[in-house]
Parts: sequence; structure tokens; C-alpha cells
Amino acid sequence: MLDKEGIAKRIAKEVKDGYYVNLGIGIPTLVANYIPENIDVVLQSENGLLGMGPFPFEGEEDPDTTNAGKQTITKLPGSAVFDSAMSFGMIRAKKVNLTILGAMEVSENGDIANWKIPGKMVKGMGGAMDLVASAENIIVAMQHVNKAGESKLLPNCTLPLTGIKCVKKIVTELAVLDILPDGGFKLVERAPGVSVDDIKKATAGKLVVKGDVPEMAI
Amino acid sequence: MNKVVSGAQEAINDIRDGMTLMLGGFGLCGLPEKTILALAESGIKDLTCISNNAGVDDFGIGLLLRNRQVKKMISSYVGENAEFERQLLSGELEVELIPQGTLATRCMAAGYGMPAIFTPAGIGTEVAEGKEIRNFNGKDYLMEMAFDADFAIVKAWKGDTMGNLVYRSTARNFNPVMAMAGKITIAEVEELVEPGELDPDHIHTPGIYVHRIFKGENYEKRIEQRTVRRLENKMI
Repeated sequence: MLDKEGIAKRIAKEVKDGYYVNLGIGIPTLVANYIPENIDVVLQSENGLLGMGPFPFEGEEDPDTTNAGKQTITKLPGSAVFDSAMSFGMIRAKKVNLTILGAMEVSENGDIANWKIPGKMVKGMGGAMDLVASAENIIVAMQHVNKAGESKLLPNCTLPLTGIKCVKKIVTELAVLDILPDGGFKLVERAPGVSVDDIKKATAGKLVVKGDVPEMAI
Repeated sequence: MNKVVSGAQEAINDIRDGMTLMLGGFGLCGLPEKTILALAESGIKDLTCISNNAGVDDFGIGLLLRNRQVKKMISSYVGENAEFERQLLSGELEVELIPQGTLATRCMAAGYGMPAIFTPAGIGTEVAEGKEIRNFNGKDYLMEMAFDADFAIVKAWKGDTMGNLVYRSTARNFNPVMAMAGKITIAEVEELVEPGELDPDHIHTPGIYVHRIFKGENYEKRIEQRTVRRLENKMI
């Protein structure tokens, strides 16, 4: 079984040379720490920055330089700053190659719910609906089951949707799964020490298992 | 073409109860903090505020919420703010949550003189309820209307007396598109200079969009999430 860092490490292997990447808040943010140094990747922050760098050193924080999580950050050489309309313009026009975000639920046809729980204070969708509606390559980083032990990989989402038929790949503490074009979670890899049966038990939606499922290499 | 006013009080003197305002900024970054302070002291009420976020309890739009000056918020992400949550749950405050890109592009449309935009954001979700859907090249898009705001209030780094504006770093965010979208646009700046001192090639917002400009004093520029690396890890 993987911890959060392990999920981030596994997703980092999906980041390819030359990619522009948008990372959501939570586990997706950790992915930046594991992108191999020998590939060239530019991080997009949807508040209006390409070329996001690490947090500043103590005393070097700039209140005018923050990311979409409102955290102080730095700009790498070659960065570009732009306004919010252009930022979502490049997302809508599919210039961003990979979007990694968290989710509360994903359905077997690739629907995602990650912004609202009825009866709880709703904070808003931020840029999530724009990202999932336009991005062609969406990876979800999340726990396989919720705190109540219920599967988050479902036949249909029960929570209000963020977007439909958009998720391509899911990485959880148990497995890597692809969403099949005609529906279903295809089991691609098992986390170390996790059996196919463990994954079956934790998956409420249609799980497709073909042949031997390799253990992931991290 | 001198757009200079004496300060925030003069800039807002014809904002009336019930008007719709756009306020630039992303979280507390690039927030027109001086004009918001003047609004908080003005007693103007029943405002509809279009802004990506709603500030924190004691800074930004949170100050207007605390004074019960806001009737409705139109935002993409809120809730860093206990008073906001209280007013929302008690029904005192109306809130319309819309996708962030839709928010920015509805501002852009207003500034470009276009009545509406088509975006895929929100298709298949509750955001699409009651809205016109059009199919282009096999994909569904929602029709979203350009905003109609009485005033846009923005913060820039530098401006000249003719209203030309330059923003700094990610404090740019929503400010340029909102500056273009107001019937009347108020700009507050850290440095106010004479025409000719800003390079025309480096202007982000041309002065034609700006009606009033003033220099703000002693910017607080509060940081919402101070995240740092430890200094001892710095390579010298």
C-alpha cells in the first residue's frame, strides 16, 4: 500500500519531457517533488503563471507571487505571467498537456465529483470545472476508499458532479487504473503488497482485470 | 486625459446602494485594499460583488461582509472566512458560485464588447441548469453572459495619470480583465507617474479602460498562506 508520497511518486512517472502540467491542491502538489531532473517540465498555476518554482526561502516571500492555493512561491527562469482569462484560455485550448487533481468520487465512465458535499459548507469549484471540461489528459490522485471505508470508485457518482467523462487514469494507495473508453476501471498495476482481491473489495464500480497485473515499480 | 483623483474616498463618491462591483485580486494577492477600506467606511450597502474570492475575516471583502454591506457574492471559491459562512448559512447573504475560468471570461467578454461566451466548463453539472447549450464540432458548450458591472475596482503596480496600468507578478490575475469590464473603472496603484514614464510596449491595461486613478499609501499586502523553505537549506 502507498502513502501520499508514494501516490505522488507513481504519478510523477506519467509526467513526460516537454509537458506543461497543472497540479491541483493536496497530493497533486507533491508530484512536483518527484519529477525527474533529466526532463523539462513547466508547471502552470491557474491564477496566471507558467514556470512555477518551489516555495521561497524564509525572508524572501513576495506577497505579489502566489500560486492557485494562495501560497507564496517563486518563479523559475523563463517564467511568464498572464491574466486569469488567458490562463483559462490556454487550458480551454488544450495547451496544458497534463492535469492532475484530487477527487471525492470517480465513476466507471470517467465522471468526477470533487467540489461539493450536500449539507456541508460549499466553498466552490474554483478552476476545477474549467480544467476537467477541457483537459484531454486528466489523472486523479486519491484514496481508494473514503474515511467511512466506502469505495470512491463507483458505477455512478453520488455527489454533485464537477465534470463528465473526463478522467483517464486514477492512482490510489492500492492501484493504478485506466478508465476504459466504453466504461470500467481497468486494473493496470497493483501497489506493493496489495492483491487483486484487495483491490476488488475496495472498488464498487466495474473492475476489469486481464491476465497478470504487475506490481508497480516506484 | 488626466484621470487622477485625490484618493479612494473621491474615487467611490458616486457608488450607490444596490450597485454591482467587480473587485480584482486572487485571494489577497493583487487586492484593491485601499478602495475596499474606503467602501468599508462609506456605509454603502446591498452591494453585489463579483470577485474570485471573498477575502478573510479582517481583510479584503471580509471587511464589507463584516459590516453587512454585501447582498450577493459572485465568486469561484469562498470560505476562508467564518463571517461569510455564518451569513450564508443564516440566509443573510446570497452566493452564486461559478467556475473560475467562466468568471474570468465573462469579464473578458464585457471588456471586448461581446454579449456572451461558450465554454464547456460546467456541462453535465448543476452549473448548466437553466442555461442554453450549443453543440460545436460534436462537443457541448454552455452559453454564459458577459458581466454587467457598474464599477470595476482594480489594483495595479504602476500607473500614469492617463490611466495606463502595469501589474506586478501574479498580482495581475483578474485585475486586467475586470479593468476592461466596468462601466466605470477605478484603479489604485503603488506608483503614479507622468505620461511617458511607462514604456508603451509594457502597458497591460490601456488608459481608455480606466476612469479614475489614485496612488495608495502604505500597502499592507497581506499574505494568505506563507509557505517557505528553510534558510539553512539554501545553497550559497
